[in-house]
Amino acid sequence: MTSRKPILFRLMAPHIAPAILALVAAAALVPIANLAFPPDHALHVPTGTVVLVGKWLTYALLAVALDLVWGYCGILSLGHGAFFALGGYAMGMHLMREIGPRGVYGHPVLPDFMVFLDWEALPVAWWGFDVFAYAAFMALFVPGALAFVFGWLAFRSRVTGVYLSIITQAGTYALMLAFFRNELGFGGNNGLTDFKDVLGFSLQADTTRAALFALSALALAGGLLLAQAIVTSKFGLVLVAIRDAEARTRFLGWRVERFKLFVFVVSAMMAGLAGALYVPQVGIINPSEFSPANSIEAVIWVAVGGRGTLSGAALGAILVNWLESFLTGAYPEAWLFVLGFLFVVVTLFLPKGILGALRSLRGRRRAADPGKAPEKSPAGATQAAE
Amino acid sequence: MTSAATAPAPVAPAARTTDALLYLDAVSVSFDGFKALNSLSLVLEPGEMRAIIGPNGAGKTTMMDVITGKTRPDTGTVLLDGVHDLTRLDEAAIAELGIGRKFQKPTVFEMVSVEENIVLALAGPRGVRASLFHRRTPQEARRIEEVLEIVRLGDRRDALAGALSHGQKQWLEIGMLLAQDPTLLLVDEPVAGMTDAETELTADLLRRINVDHTVVVVEHDMSFVRALGVKVSVLHEGSVLAEGSLDQVSAEKRVIEVYLGR
Ligand SMILES: Nc1ncnc2c1ncn2[C@@H]1O[C@H](COP(=O)(O)OP(=O)(O)OP(=O)(O)O)[C@@H](O)[C@H]1O
Ligand SMILES: [Mg+2]
Repeated sequence: MTSRKPILFRLMAPHIAPAILALVAAAALVPIANLAFPPDHALHVPTGTVVLVGKWLTYALLAVALDLVWGYCGILSLGHGAFFALGGYAMGMHLMREIGPRGVYGHPVLPDFMVFLDWEALPVAWWGFDVFAYAAFMALFVPGALAFVFGWLAFRSRVTGVYLSIITQAGTYALMLAFFRNELGFGGNNGLTDFKDVLGFSLQADTTRAALFALSALALAGGLLLAQAIVTSKFGLVLVAIRDAEARTRFLGWRVERFKLFVFVVSAMMAGLAGALYVPQVGIINPSEFSPANSIEAVIWVAVGGRGTLSGAALGAILVNWLESFLTGAYPEAWLFVLGFLFVVVTLFLPKGILGALRSLRGRRRAADPGKAPEKSPAGATQAAE
Repeated sequence: MTSAATAPAPVAPAARTTDALLYLDAVSVSFDGFKALNSLSLVLEPGEMRAIIGPNGAGKTTMMDVITGKTRPDTGTVLLDGVHDLTRLDEAAIAELGIGRKFQKPTVFEMVSVEENIVLALAGPRGVRASLFHRRTPQEARRIEEVLEIVRLGDRRDALAGALSHGQKQWLEIGMLLAQDPTLLLVDEPVAGMTDAETELTADLLRRINVDHTVVVVEHDMSFVRALGVKVSVLHEGSVLAEGSLDQVSAEKRVIEVYLGR
């Protein structure tokens, strides 16, 4: 967290570099393992796994986005799933438009659900979504704009702590109810689905799925790098100051609300990007993505992995979802209890999450060796940011 | 704010009505009917150091809250440099105008290092973009060294501020004030919890700071106030009871009654 160091050095901090390397390697090797090796080969990765892990990677990006605001600035958003879902809807709308006349009703422009509802023309909100670049832009812009308006109102009137959390939770709930309504024009209850292809590539093709996996891994790597650059700058130091003593930070002349607003908008856009990558991989987006439980689950990922560690948040998302996929196969009813139990255990026994616990373990070992015990090890330096 | 009509416009330097650096007139603050400040008036000349004493609950901290924008007065005038109406500005704007503050309860940023605390306070651009792309300049590095040396924390620079002793935290906070380099420093009980030796060093430090800064010090420790050797204002029940040298005010009957005699 020292702004003295050159940017490349800051980005290659010990706990970020391995994550970036692993992600870049996965982006290159997993598609090869999936596409180049025959199914009976030991190195073959089945397409099902590629899709599943690709989805987790988008969750991990959402977790990093959440960690940026919660871990470093103390904004416990219980509505980050909404930004994810909005990004997802933007991408879903593009994929709907890409179906074109191949829908069940064969209408040249209108998606099936609009024909079914007897709509005559495309609603204004859908204009332009046939252009991929526009949809991609909206996947970032809409979450960012919502975060800007919300943050501008909330941070300026100094809504903090549990009140802010409750408002974000209520916000995502309200959006869910709105998106359930057919009149809003986003497919209501059923959401958007039956996608065919993206940029001309079939979404069912192994190559497309492998490419989406690789893109998700690279997006996560990019998100980690961006977040790391932010938290290791002087801006990041101010964020931590706000998190730990907001009023004090104001008396030093920092305009707290601007810093919060900036990081909140960046985080929302990151979540939007994650949602946009999620939808083509799972093939559907519906209002349940706005459900408050989703946002809370994202908080659990971050808490499990380690709040204020970035790569820990990503790790937490992947581990919890891996556990879920493993358990829901065996004991589907048990999952919610396991998730709740996990949260309680982590809160009580691993307040810094898995990564934080590993790090203090390493720090203690180093401290036990007086020869190598600087007052503040690099691990200590990052703990300072927690 | 009934006095808003009589206060000069915050942007018009021509409206300057006083030579005082800080001008408080008839300031009142009440909390649920209780008057924490009761028509308080206080005038501070540029370059002055003023000690504020008074019993617990006299309103000393509340006065600082009003000056720094934390608390809005119900009535009264608060002017910086005769032109800036502090009752209309928020904390960050007031800090930008050059008022720095050390809190009664030491409040440093415990989870970051001593040096980073100084960096947070260091004078310089406070914008989002400036801090995102900030690189430490040689001047800043030099200033950080200087400040750390003045407050004797050079060898603790990499320690977490939370790991400092109480007295060291007090000094770190004074160091942060120095780094911020405000025109006016408000220092609330700087020697609370300090040893005699530390107290003496702190008095020295404040006198040195006073060479080129205006300072207001709130303190209960009489030997410390004596060591400062500056004009004293005695606060009681939200207004000024007496003003003058420590010897003068200590001789006043009312002061002995409400404060010194206890
Ligand atoms: N936010 C608040 N809400 C209600 N009452 C308050 C508030 N702040 C201060 N007070 C009351 O106002 C009075 C003045 O408090 P203040 O902290 O200014 O006293 P002080 O002179 O700094 O005392 P001390 O020497 O104990 O620090 C006290 O009775 C206090 O209880
Ligand atoms: Mg006080």
